[in-house]
Amino acid sequence: MTALDTDLSAFARPAEGGGRRLELLIRGARCASCLGKVERAAAAAPGVAAARLNLTSGKLSVSFGGPGGDPAQVIRAVEDAGYGVSLFDPAAARTEEDREGRSLTLALGVAAFGVGNAMMFSVPVWAGLFGQELQPASRTVLYWFSAAVAAPCALYAGRPFFASAWRSLRRGRANMDVPITLGVLLTLAVSFSELIQGGAHAYFDAAVSLLFLLLIGRWLDHQLRRKAQGAARDLLALQSPVARRIEPDGGEHGAPVSAFGVGDRFAVLAGERVPLDGVVEAGESEIDNALVNGETAPSVARLGMALHAGAMNLSGRLALRATARAEDSTLAAIARLMEAGAQSKSVYVRLADRAAAIYVPVVHTLALLTFAGGWALGLGPREALLRAAAVLIVTCPCALGLAVPAVQIAACGRLFRKGVLVKSGAALERLAETDCVVLDKTGVLTEGRPHLILGPPDDILAAAPLARASRHPLAQALAAEAGPGAAAEGVREIAGQGVEGRIDGLVCRLGRAGFVGAEASPSPDTELWFRRGEDVPIRFSFVDRLRDDAVATVSALRRRGLEVEVLSGDAEGPVARAVKASGIARWRSGLTPLEKAAAIDELMAAGRKPLMVGDGLNDAAALARAHASMAPGSALEASQNAADLVFEGGKLSAIVDAIDVARAARARALENFGFSALYNLVAAPAAIFGLVNPLVAALAMSGSSLVVMLNALRMTWAARGRDTLA
Amino acid sequence: MNILLFLAPASVLVALIGLGAFWWTVENGQYEDPAGDAARILDDAYDQAPTEGERQ
Repeated sequence: MTALDTDLSAFARPAEGGGRRLELLIRGARCASCLGKVERAAAAAPGVAAARLNLTSGKLSVSFGGPGGDPAQVIRAVEDAGYGVSLFDPAAARTEEDREGRSLTLALGVAAFGVGNAMMFSVPVWAGLFGQELQPASRTVLYWFSAAVAAPCALYAGRPFFASAWRSLRRGRANMDVPITLGVLLTLAVSFSELIQGGAHAYFDAAVSLLFLLLIGRWLDHQLRRKAQGAARDLLALQSPVARRIEPDGGEHGAPVSAFGVGDRFAVLAGERVPLDGVVEAGESEIDNALVNGETAPSVARLGMALHAGAMNLSGRLALRATARAEDSTLAAIARLMEAGAQSKSVYVRLADRAAAIYVPVVHTLALLTFAGGWALGLGPREALLRAAAVLIVTCPCALGLAVPAVQIAACGRLFRKGVLVKSGAALERLAETDCVVLDKTGVLTEGRPHLILGPPDDILAAAPLARASRHPLAQALAAEAGPGAAAEGVREIAGQGVEGRIDGLVCRLGRAGFVGAEASPSPDTELWFRRGEDVPIRFSFVDRLRDDAVATVSALRRRGLEVEVLSGDAEGPVARAVKASGIARWRSGLTPLEKAAAIDELMAAGRKPLMVGDGLNDAAALARAHASMAPGSALEASQNAADLVFEGGKLSAIVDAIDVARAARARALENFGFSALYNLVAAPAAIFGLVNPLVAALAMSGSSLVVMLNALRMTWAARGRDTLA
Repeated sequence: MNILLFLAPASVLVALIGLGAFWWTVENGQYEDPAGDAARILDDAYDQAPTEGERQ
């Protein structure tokens, strides 16, 4: 961001133990010397007591010793050191200490300790099972040791599962944690009773090693979620939450957007986005609404006109009066639709839970039948209970618990390296199920910025000096076409009209048709006029060019059996041209945001599972309601929030990558389920007929988990270096 | 056999010390910024070793 010469003290929050803290996101810091440079630059700013950069998350935490110290000075100091700085919205910056992660890590550590040490006592006992010399008295002593180590560890390490099982039972459902909890507690109870009665079979090591394996899966799942959440939040932080408030005395101060009320006045400079809905009170400019409604041609903003948040101010300074607060702008309708969409998504049942819904009743019935049947057939209650416990232990869903998280963490890692950020494992599962793709035009199918198509090379070179002096996107597209060179002299920018300047002593004008004294042409293309002195005006025409890989991506999607459709808010002409060039047959243009969402609803109602790809505010509702959704990293905050996946970089082929990986991940997860089912088909009868002893239980459990993990790792090995669009 | 009664608790005790150390590293936030810690070791500014003068 550009350092605002304004008061940013609202961004520093009071810290524990006095003083204030400021959190900044640093871009470009990668190495040891960067770390030192950033920290020293920040610490040298006035009022700063300490600065520490977390290189893993890119977050710089600055603490001010007292009431003094200005965040703006810290930002300027770090920017002067050569790094990009973004402010966090104070609300979003609340550093949530990762308590869940810590307690999972500790539980994992305790379980690992328990397994290692319980095994020390179990191995001699297992040797004894094969007729080696081991007196029953020694075995009992070893079991007591095993119990003393394993039981407390299992009770501590099992807490995440016990808590989750309790929560689920209270809601009248049974998730995967219910059989885990029941299995662990029953195993401990039966083992203690065996131990007291001097029996040969106690499963203390099994109880804790089961938890150890399950905790690995739980921990992986948590890491995945946390990393994705952190990255998503950082993306949002890159969009400046600061607006320039105009005080009654005429002064300007930077203030968080959330602090604005209706009637507050604020300024928007050329090149900035409109932060809030508002009415223009002063100034004149051109507005690029591409992200708001998909229109590619810029429109004029004049006194009294209402502007939407998210529009880009192109040429002049505007003063606006806010007509709505940030959280309830005219976009409330879109926000409500998004909420409804998010709710319908939370109803989605994840793959693992669907497996649990089948698995839990089957296993519990089996254990119950083993107990009742064994007792009825004359085994005696003690032996029958032991066998029922053995059934619960060997069928305990270690492999099932690892089946999905292990695959998803490998898949997300692979996508992350390709610049695709997955927000949750459920998103990946939904993406794999999609059967059609709905694309937005502006900014998704096309690059979302103007590209010069018409104009003789000599004229381009003639107009270039004036174009270089302007920040208007059309002028910049013209300058980019001409290449580097000299700029015009005495340049004057007339807001909403164009630029005027001298080239070789002649007064030249570049801008709207009326500005240079020409007749606007009836063509729907975006145009720019140039007039040198009193010569005949020259017309340049621009289009929003297709992305380089749009055609290849569309045909790659079609080869994967996905129908491609375009829903755009832009006018019919540009949309027709774009879909024709990219070979898409189904398209609709001129849609309002609500019509887009309705079109997605129609598809969903017809039983289709659409993947929506969009970047504008007008897509946000559709993104939230679609079965799965993706947004480019250049999209507006609301759209990135609504989307399941965010892809960085200019490549549309990221959509194909993501679908391929999601489908492969689903295949791997289903393979893992299949393997678990097969394993249980062998292990459960063995347990029922009393063929399982503690050694067999331990080997079967860890063996099946290992196979599942190795299968998940195939996600990382598979398809390295293969061309996606092939 | 009796030696087990002494050696087994002793080995568990050693392992408990290890577990305690792990617990401390987690609570101490030593897994919060692995990339930063790897970088800090290369910068003399964070070097807390005694200087030449202190060592003599």
